[in-house]
Amino acid sequence: MNWLDICALEEINVLGSRIINGPKGDIAIFRTSDDEVFALDDRCPHKGGPLSQGLVYGKRVACPLHNWQIDLETGLAQAPDVGCAHHHSARVENGRVQLALRDAS
Amino acid sequence: MKKLKLVMIGNGMAGVRTLEELLKLSNELYDITVFGAEPHTNYNRILLSPVLAGEQTFEEIVLNDLSWYLDNNIKLLLNRKVVEIDRVKRRVIAEDGSEAEYDRLLIATGSTPFILPIPGNTLDGVIGYRDIADTQAMIDTAKTHKHAVVIGGGLLGLEAANGLKLRGMDVTVVHIGEWLLERQLDKTSGQLLQTALENRGLKFRLCEQTQALHDAGNGRVGSVQFKNGDIIPADLVVMAAGIRPNTELAEKSGIPCNRGILVNDTMQTYDPRIYAIGECASHRGTAYGLVAPLFEQAKVCANHLAQLGFATYKGSVTSTKLKVTGIDLFSAGDFMGGEGTETITLSDPIGGVYKKLVIKDDVLVGACLYGDTADGGWYFRQIRENHGISEIRDHLMFGENALGDVGHQGQDKAMSMADTAEVCGCNGVCKGTIVKAIQEHGLFSVDDVKKHTKAASSCGSCAGLVEQILINTVGGAADVKPKSEKAICGCSDLNHGQIRQAIRDQHLLTIAGTMSYLNWRTPNGCATCRPALNYYLISTWPGEAHDDPQSRLINERAHANIQKDGTYSVVPRMWGGVTNPSELRRIADVADKYNVPMVKVTGGQRIDLLGIKKQDLPGVWKDLDMPSGHAYGKSIRTVKTCVGSEFCRFGTQNSTQLGIELEHDLFNMWSPHKVKLAVSGCPRNCSEAGIKDVGIIGVDSGWEMYIGGNGGIKTEVAEFFVKLKTAEEVREYNGAFLQLYREEAFYLERTVHYMQRVGMEHIKKAVLEDPERRKALHERLKFSLSLEQDPWKQRLEQPQLKKEFEVIPVKNLEVPA
Repeated sequence: MNWLDICALEEINVLGSRIINGPKGDIAIFRTSDDEVFALDDRCPHKGGPLSQGLVYGKRVACPLHNWQIDLETGLAQAPDVGCAHHHSARVENGRVQLALRDAS
Repeated sequence: MKKLKLVMIGNGMAGVRTLEELLKLSNELYDITVFGAEPHTNYNRILLSPVLAGEQTFEEIVLNDLSWYLDNNIKLLLNRKVVEIDRVKRRVIAEDGSEAEYDRLLIATGSTPFILPIPGNTLDGVIGYRDIADTQAMIDTAKTHKHAVVIGGGLLGLEAANGLKLRGMDVTVVHIGEWLLERQLDKTSGQLLQTALENRGLKFRLCEQTQALHDAGNGRVGSVQFKNGDIIPADLVVMAAGIRPNTELAEKSGIPCNRGILVNDTMQTYDPRIYAIGECASHRGTAYGLVAPLFEQAKVCANHLAQLGFATYKGSVTSTKLKVTGIDLFSAGDFMGGEGTETITLSDPIGGVYKKLVIKDDVLVGACLYGDTADGGWYFRQIRENHGISEIRDHLMFGENALGDVGHQGQDKAMSMADTAEVCGCNGVCKGTIVKAIQEHGLFSVDDVKKHTKAASSCGSCAGLVEQILINTVGGAADVKPKSEKAICGCSDLNHGQIRQAIRDQHLLTIAGTMSYLNWRTPNGCATCRPALNYYLISTWPGEAHDDPQSRLINERAHANIQKDGTYSVVPRMWGGVTNPSELRRIADVADKYNVPMVKVTGGQRIDLLGIKKQDLPGVWKDLDMPSGHAYGKSIRTVKTCVGSEFCRFGTQNSTQLGIELEHDLFNMWSPHKVKLAVSGCPRNCSEAGIKDVGIIGVDSGWEMYIGGNGGIKTEVAEFFVKLKTAEEVREYNGAFLQLYREEAFYLERTVHYMQRVGMEHIKKAVLEDPERRKALHERLKFSLSLEQDPWKQRLEQPQLKKEFEVIPVKNLEVPA
């Protein structure tokens, strides 16, 4: 995998997120309470709401537009809603957030 | 850790609900084994009658299919009736010899139909009405035989009779009582019901006792003989003369029973390892036969099985509904009345409507409705909430709609609505969709309906209607609770009031600390509870508890209002709605510089800049050089004013000046929900003060103060609160009232709903009658607001807070080939 250096972990608030301008639109990078990071295309599968603006809890984010609950690891919407946000690989190495883009297939 | 062994005897609604509640709390504590006597997974027993009537199928009433048991690692043993509990060796033994050891045992054996001890009661064709097998037997018999006799004119008996009639049988209902449903109805409504059912072709024999069942000569029942000697033909006899808690097994095992397995407030039997729940359990002398109390018991039992140990069950108020399509009947609480009670009755025998309300000490304690049950849910809520009704007594009989403007909340419409009629205007959900979801997924609460259909999940104005549909569909099983009793969200079982109190009593200062003290189920809550906790903490402990931006929804984090395309709207503050040329020039310049697609005047007399990109927000604020208008928050929004005595030829008071002062007084105020004010300079009331949280109307001799108005979802007219002489007084009373609201209201409760919950008397007592308390409230508000800063300015000055708005620059971003 092609890991890209993004920023220091501290640049993202705990239970918060930041965005980067990706080649196919914004990508949201989330930080959980135990300092794991996850990356999703910044578009809710429902109506395209910016997930980066949602409230993060556990390993989920609630979309700011209509409160869909999206799983950060898989991008899957929680039942009974159905849909999936495109996800990318993200990790923390030596205090730096790294991202590996996954092409939308 | 080695898991404990939990065994459940009985696979019905109460037991399985307990397991569901337990799994929500912990799925790692137990290895679970379930013994079921029936060959089916858990199904919705209360929907057997619609199945009998041909309105639903067996498949539709299954609540948990096999995959549910599999997914939750529950070992399910069907078709195995447990015959022995060996309490010494802690194991249960089933009929076929299979055994299971337990650390905790849950008895949920339900009830059995009471079979009259009369000759012939073991003949073929004599059955109870309890499970799928009975229902199937009735459906099969209806195909081949003609005459059915139902013994018992209670809910179950009438539902059975109705179903058999619909399936083509000739049905007679035998009832020992003077009228039908004597446990649910009084005599008048019982007779109305009888007439309606007779019109459908059912026959009744009241005050009649069955003496014997006679053999037709082939081992099957052929006729029924009464005490008076009459004999009528019967190919099928359904015994629906009541149910008995199924305590046989418990009694045999030496567990104390008395018309039910005796349990304490934590659903434990006298053997502390053994719990009993549902229809087989007797709690404080009552064995409940309705599903809603069983669900409450399930929550408590699960709480203890999960070793949390704080929930207790204190008994339930119940309501019932007859599930016979086309006949509307509802009763709740103590509807028979008796010593010390008064009743209000409305009787229209020709129109087929009868209503009776029972009142004790100014509190509604019971209701019995026939023909028009639209207000059933509302009465039920009044009974459970124990509200004093003296103020609304005149209108009580006419239901909720008689209490004021109806708006489009429309609680009375549920029954008459067509399936295609739209219920939720936000998400476009119609009645049929909701009913189907309730039936297919076995839903019992408005929250469940929200999740599955999205109805009532946006603005919430149709929640009342959804609740009515729920009550109409599942009757007494509907889990309808006022917000004051409901758990805050799925993360905790505590309600808003309990959480507020714990934060105050325990001096809790952080969200994490509160969650840990109150045993939150989730590591950091969810989008429902975190914003509420954040508000409770900062409003209870100003200066000590710190605001957590990550626990605010986006509008309050970005201090702007998110729009459907992810852009934001910006509304700068204009005190009292007054502006000047220099501000207007800056607004115009900002609109040009940032290519603002729309500039619009709001309903609150402000200017809205729409379509601003998030990263532009700090720049916009800087260039505007005006304070935040808080048009995005659960906070003070605007104080609307008219021009008042300064310019208006009718003006009696300087309303503009007072509006500006009030707006300065409340600047930066966070509150449970949004707060809007208006000040008018004369009774013509051009600023629309009658529909504001606080409305002030100037009169020649001073100011009138109105509270609890609302112009939104459901129009509510503000109520007169007090008449004051000076503007200074208005500022003090206003501050005191809003501080009381800030301290006592639940998160997302508007002033009108807060007022309805605590009562006007309570507010008057705190603010009007006690000057010391009023001054103290006002001081607390001033102190709280003295610690707040203009959030826009704060974000411009503190780089750490500005980060939120910046995109992380990254070079060489490429998609892998």
